[in-house]
Amino acid sequence: MKTLLSVENLSLTVAGEKLLKDISFKIQQGEVFALVGESGSGKSLTSLAIIRLLPDVISVSSGDIKLKNDSLFLLPEYKMQKVRGKSIAMIFQEPMSALNPVMTIGEQVAEVIKIHLGLKKEAIKEKVISLFEEVTLKDPKERYNWYPHQLSGGQKQRVMIAIALACEPDLLIADEPTTALDVTIQAKVLKLLKKIQVRRNLSILFITHDMAVVAQVADRVAVMRYGEIVEEAKCDVFFTDPQHPYTQSLLRDALPSKEGRGVVHNPERLLEIEDLKVHFPIKKGFFQRTVGHVKAVDGVSFSIPKGKTLALVGESGSGKSTIGQAILSLIPLTEGSIQFEDQDLTKLSSLGLKPYRRKIQVVFQDPFSALNPRMTVGDIIREGMVSLGIGSKNRALQDVKISELLLKVELEADHMHRYPHEFSGGQRQRIGIARALAVEPELIICDEPTSALDVTVRTQILKLLQKLQHESGVSYLFITHDLSIVSTIADEIAVMKEGKIVEQGFVENVMENPQHPYTQKLLRSAPKLPNYGEK
Amino acid sequence: MIFSLLWTDMLVWGLLCVLILLGWGASRSPQVRQQWHTIFRSSIAMASTIILLFYLFFTLLDSVHLRFAIEPAEGKSEQVQYSEIVSLLDLIFVHNIEGTERTYSAPFSQHEYTKSIVVDANGVTKQEYLPLKHVSNRDESIQTSLIAIMIGLTISMIFVFIHIFWRSKGGFKDTFRLTFQGKTELPWRTAYVTMTLLITLFTWFYMLSFDYHVLGTDKVGGDVLYQSLKSIRTGVLIGILTTLIMLPVAILLGVSAGLFRGWVDDVIQYLYTTLSSIPGVLLIAAGVLSMQVMMNNNPTWFESTLERSDLRLLFLILILGITSWTGLCRLLRAETLKISQMEFVTAAKAFGVGKLTIIKRHIIPNLMHIILISVVLDFSGLVLAEAVLSYVGVGVDPTMHSWGNMINQARLEMARDPMVWWSLFSAFVFMFILVLAANLLSDRVQTVLDPRNKS
Repeated sequence: MKTLLSVENLSLTVAGEKLLKDISFKIQQGEVFALVGESGSGKSLTSLAIIRLLPDVISVSSGDIKLKNDSLFLLPEYKMQKVRGKSIAMIFQEPMSALNPVMTIGEQVAEVIKIHLGLKKEAIKEKVISLFEEVTLKDPKERYNWYPHQLSGGQKQRVMIAIALACEPDLLIADEPTTALDVTIQAKVLKLLKKIQVRRNLSILFITHDMAVVAQVADRVAVMRYGEIVEEAKCDVFFTDPQHPYTQSLLRDALPSKEGRGVVHNPERLLEIEDLKVHFPIKKGFFQRTVGHVKAVDGVSFSIPKGKTLALVGESGSGKSTIGQAILSLIPLTEGSIQFEDQDLTKLSSLGLKPYRRKIQVVFQDPFSALNPRMTVGDIIREGMVSLGIGSKNRALQDVKISELLLKVELEADHMHRYPHEFSGGQRQRIGIARALAVEPELIICDEPTSALDVTVRTQILKLLQKLQHESGVSYLFITHDLSIVSTIADEIAVMKEGKIVEQGFVENVMENPQHPYTQKLLRSAPKLPNYGEK
Repeated sequence: MIFSLLWTDMLVWGLLCVLILLGWGASRSPQVRQQWHTIFRSSIAMASTIILLFYLFFTLLDSVHLRFAIEPAEGKSEQVQYSEIVSLLDLIFVHNIEGTERTYSAPFSQHEYTKSIVVDANGVTKQEYLPLKHVSNRDESIQTSLIAIMIGLTISMIFVFIHIFWRSKGGFKDTFRLTFQGKTELPWRTAYVTMTLLITLFTWFYMLSFDYHVLGTDKVGGDVLYQSLKSIRTGVLIGILTTLIMLPVAILLGVSAGLFRGWVDDVIQYLYTTLSSIPGVLLIAAGVLSMQVMMNNNPTWFESTLERSDLRLLFLILILGITSWTGLCRLLRAETLKISQMEFVTAAKAFGVGKLTIIKRHIIPNLMHIILISVVLDFSGLVLAEAVLSYVGVGVDPTMHSWGNMINQARLEMARDPMVWWSLFSAFVFMFILVLAANLLSDRVQTVLDPRNKS
């Protein structure tokens, strides 16, 4: 096999600080090379260095990148422009922002072809349509004139792939191409990529943080950490016999653990939801008349056991977060009842609701927008205690409680005087958990609390949540799209699709023996790791 | 002697107290202190602030109004009579107020600007330049200048030393050395240089103003330097007080529209869309004219022309405030819409925190950067607006000193031949420096406070 791209001892620095330290790897003709690492490990920087689009502040301090036999750093800019797109093409993570919203998708693909191949108008259009066919976009002739907003996320990513393939590149750099997509769509896009790669004998540099995706597509894998490659191996060897302790821990964390959840069937019920409907009106015209309804949640019933966890699983837009907000009484219900300890919350006024506010709390998805940047951590945690009148009115005694809470979520007591921006994503999520715990709730709604976190941090947060449940007997409603963590955290599971629950039951039953075709499809699409650790 | 408080004086001093209190309150938050520290790390921001403080100083000086008791004439009633209202600035420039000339004279000139017909002792009619009445004939300007500069330097040195001493905790020498090598964290050297320049320049002008009309005289022989300094108060007042009136309206309406949505949002949106689609000058002119009619119908409201023009200024400020809140309101509404969707607001709602507390604790602090930026930007816009409005004739009272009135007057002076340029020039320079300093400072404030600029 021929070597297509070789990165030799590449080092990048910004203001004296090394971001990449002596990175070397080779990509062969026709192979998928995966670069894996957590956020901040330098994988995206490596890809930017390859196409020479690094921000100006970052400089290359040593090393070389060779495409076939040309050193990329020695090329003048006008030649480099020909390399970009023609020899090396790129797919980005966010298909929403990578496409120009005011141009039809056909024109956007045609533009690339015109610049690099210089074909005639008719020939270009033909080529675009054949590309759309290749990326399995339906009705390619008609879609040529569509605008990006008319397409779904998966279709946009297909268009991005079409643009990348337009000039028949030798190397395709895919920077987290499926991270923003739902599982079922991710599976389709990955399959498509693999198919095209085989047919065209293409080389792909696949950048991702998801081990399971790597297992599905890659031929060879390199693991990055703190700007260094810690391990490089062939895919099959990599998963069965990882050498570096960091790789081992990454793989361990990515794997769902089944230990330690004592199965108690049919415990007491804490919260019962019956026939819950949330319809949002669609208003149109000058007088804002209601012309229809979006049925976000359409007749959902489930119950949450005391001291246990119910996982609510579904793809984006399935209405799972709306249910969370409905339980918190933050949005008006259309129909249905929410029974919390024999009290129907829907029948309470906002004043009567106040005692129940302390019993139901919430942890959010995005650790960055969940904390007010202008308040200290202490004040953030204090807010609920003061508002709901929990604990002492004395500030000093409150401080004692706050430091206890911070220790409980494995932070330090003196963190209470700091501001949120001084903390990492995982630490912020811990602060969010401490804020919820401050009012001693009986139910915490966890709205995708781990989806913005790296694998190792995710495992830590899940462990913390389990520990807290064990200590205080709190129940969780765990809203997630990630099936791989469900069996770790949940006792029961409910699968949602388009505002309805299609299947619910105990985790082991549903995960091992799914009845509904949608659940089966979800489980099939979820990328799986080869069973590391069972050797 | 009694103090007499004009309406605008009260507002100025009240505002100053509020600002000091706010500043003191904010300085207790380490985050805010850090931000302001970052702002002043730029020497341009530092120099601009010193210049703005200088303008503020003159405003305050001109905002202390006094009346003096006049000795009752022999055998008249016992009732004490009081003189016209004068400010501290008037007291300092009393020689210029009393030393009015007959008509135009150029800066530093010894005689009038145009020739007059005189009949001399021999009965011959001649055309010649008449000498000015209040200009010294001694040619000691260089000597006076030197003395003035020395005094100016000494005064600024005293300030600088006091400040260095106050800054240095023990090691005075070290602090002094570091300051003059420019190695302090904040650019104190720039601050000192700017201050020394301003103080020296002012002392020089002031000392010379006893012997000359430094910036010339206007049509009726009034001293232009004095007029320009008096105009500072008008300009700064319109800049600051208008913002003060507009802020609460903009914040209240903007935040309510963004947070409550629904019909509240609709009403507020219709209101500001309507208001901002009426041409601004038309609205202001209508307001000012109706106010003028009202004042003319009630001449008994005012004891003096000063009070009358002061009230007119206040009305102008009110009208400007009422017409200029829409822009900020729109910005704040959009930002509130965004913030109210943030998860920390949802969390607060889940804690059962009240709407007012959410606004106070979660929304306003996160809007602060927009408010601050637009306040500083609006300030310079309003100073310029005053000039334009006075030029059009719907601005401040014609008897009030303002840059706009000076420019309005200069309209005819520019058409003369030879041209009378100094009125326009002085107004321009004073206004230019103020607006430039405000703009440079606001640029810096914007860069530091806008979270998007954080890398």
